Amino acid sequence: MIVVLNKESIPIDKEQDVVLFRNRVKEYTIKIGMGVVNQTKLITAASELVRNILKYAGKGTVLIEIISSGRQNGIRLVFSDKGPGISDVPLAMKDGFSTGKSLGLGLPGARRLVNEFDIKSTVGKGTTVTILKWKNG
Amino acid sequence: MDLFKALSKKRSRLLELWMQYQLADISLREDLMENEELRAQSEELLDAFLKAVTDKNVENVDDPTYEPIIEILSGISISRARQGYSPKETGNYVFSLRDAILQVWQAEFSNDLAVLFAATLKLNKLFDNLGIITFETFIKGREEVILRQTDEISEISTPVIRVWDNILALPIIGTLDSSRTQIVMENLLQQIVDTGSSIAILDISGVPAVDSLVAQHLLKTVAATRLMGAECIISGIRPEIAQTVVHLGIDLSNIITKATLASALKQAYNMLQLEVRKVQK
Amino acid sequence: MDKIPILRFGHFLLVTIQVDLYDRLALNLESDLIQMVSKTQARGVLIDISALSIVDSFMGRIIGNIAGMSKIMDAQTVVVGMQPAVAITLIELGLELKGVYTALNVEKGMSLLQSKISLPDEDLDNIE
Repeated sequence: MIVVLNKESIPIDKEQDVVLFRNRVKEYTIKIGMGVVNQTKLITAASELVRNILKYAGKGTVLIEIISSGRQNGIRLVFSDKGPGISDVPLAMKDGFSTGKSLGLGLPGARRLVNEFDIKSTVGKGTTVTILKWKNG
Repeated sequence: MDLFKALSKKRSRLLELWMQYQLADISLREDLMENEELRAQSEELLDAFLKAVTDKNVENVDDPTYEPIIEILSGISISRARQGYSPKETGNYVFSLRDAILQVWQAEFSNDLAVLFAATLKLNKLFDNLGIITFETFIKGREEVILRQTDEISEISTPVIRVWDNILALPIIGTLDSSRTQIVMENLLQQIVDTGSSIAILDISGVPAVDSLVAQHLLKTVAATRLMGAECIISGIRPEIAQTVVHLGIDLSNIITKATLASALKQAYNMLQLEVRKVQK
Repeated sequence: MDKIPILRFGHFLLVTIQVDLYDRLALNLESDLIQMVSKTQARGVLIDISALSIVDSFMGRIIGNIAGMSKIMDAQTVVVGMQPAVAITLIELGLELKGVYTALNVEKGMSLLQSKISLPDEDLDNIE
């Protein structure tokens, strides 16, 4: 059973928010004592996803949560936007696929960096991506 | 008549009987605990038991009055798990208290069998619950031991050795799974930074088998080492490993591989433009 | 801070990235650096990222771009001082920075550059 210990919502609407948001995530990872490699993996994944929000939807919000399950602690991030949505999610999860001018590593790369990854998208309504990284995961 | 309350008057008799039962147990581990200590431990638990249990709460172990008993019992159970007692020994410890109580009751109340029977049923039920709690915490204690050992194993099994200026060697022993790989990678890369070494030798002679997953982990480690600006040589490729690698179609062609640590070291010397020579006399 | 300082070392340029860059700053760096390569006829570019705790695919792309652009202007790019955690993350992300040389520190990066490009002898003396 997953218990939420702490949560905070951060609005994202300009590119300067990326660095601020990353620092905020870092503070949380330090708070639960996450090791430096897992910290870097989580923040990098978060950075990819928050850039996607800016690039495709223009703005959105991220919910940061400290969660606990049994003896494990972790961080869960929920990225939501009201952008155009993704018409073919499985295709977007493939390495090297991009509709924008990027390397196409964002979504599949972010998934490899975290323990749990979930994406829900409706065309015209928006996209919600949830990622979870355990302290020792 | 409250048979449980009546026990308080019989404390010393109970303790004596309980100790007798415990000491009579042929499997008693005198090597693990002194009799004195055992007695003190038993007294503590017995006192808590006598204080808490009454005819009213005997059927409800979740009652707050049981907290002290459960706390002491859990503590004993966990420490016994760590000391290496078997579950049977730990179980006997608790259940022999019931035998002692039953014996006291029998001596006192044998004239009222109906009351004795009812109380015995409740007592059994109570000890079933206490037994379950004992085993649960016992297993938890064991799990903690296992977790600690797992941590220790993963730490000691990945030493990074500085074999020469600029050359590190990392003998990998045992199976490479993804959490192991992560530790190996972290250790190796950190050492590369700390020592400023430009060549790392990964020796896999101690890895029992290389499947495509292990190969993938090795490839990742090599790629990360290169990203840092150091070169990585994999040595200790046994014939069986070479066979499986080719049969599985794993591409190691971008990696420098050597059969032995010695030839990897030779290669490293070459790359650093060093030469090992016999002293001319 | 609106600009990342670019230092000139003889035939080489040295950029030390000290802060996490937001996108505009990173793009500025890319164009400033290429301008500098052209203006100084530099043969090598050293990018020191030892203070960077995060390199995401955007930053990786900027580094790749700089290397690619420099290369067609006859300059080699070496990325130095990458943190172990960053290297592990980039591999997992799938970004191997192909075509970019890497070195452990500025000193090693410098000698790597010197071995990659053949400088006339007198020029080598001038660097000291």
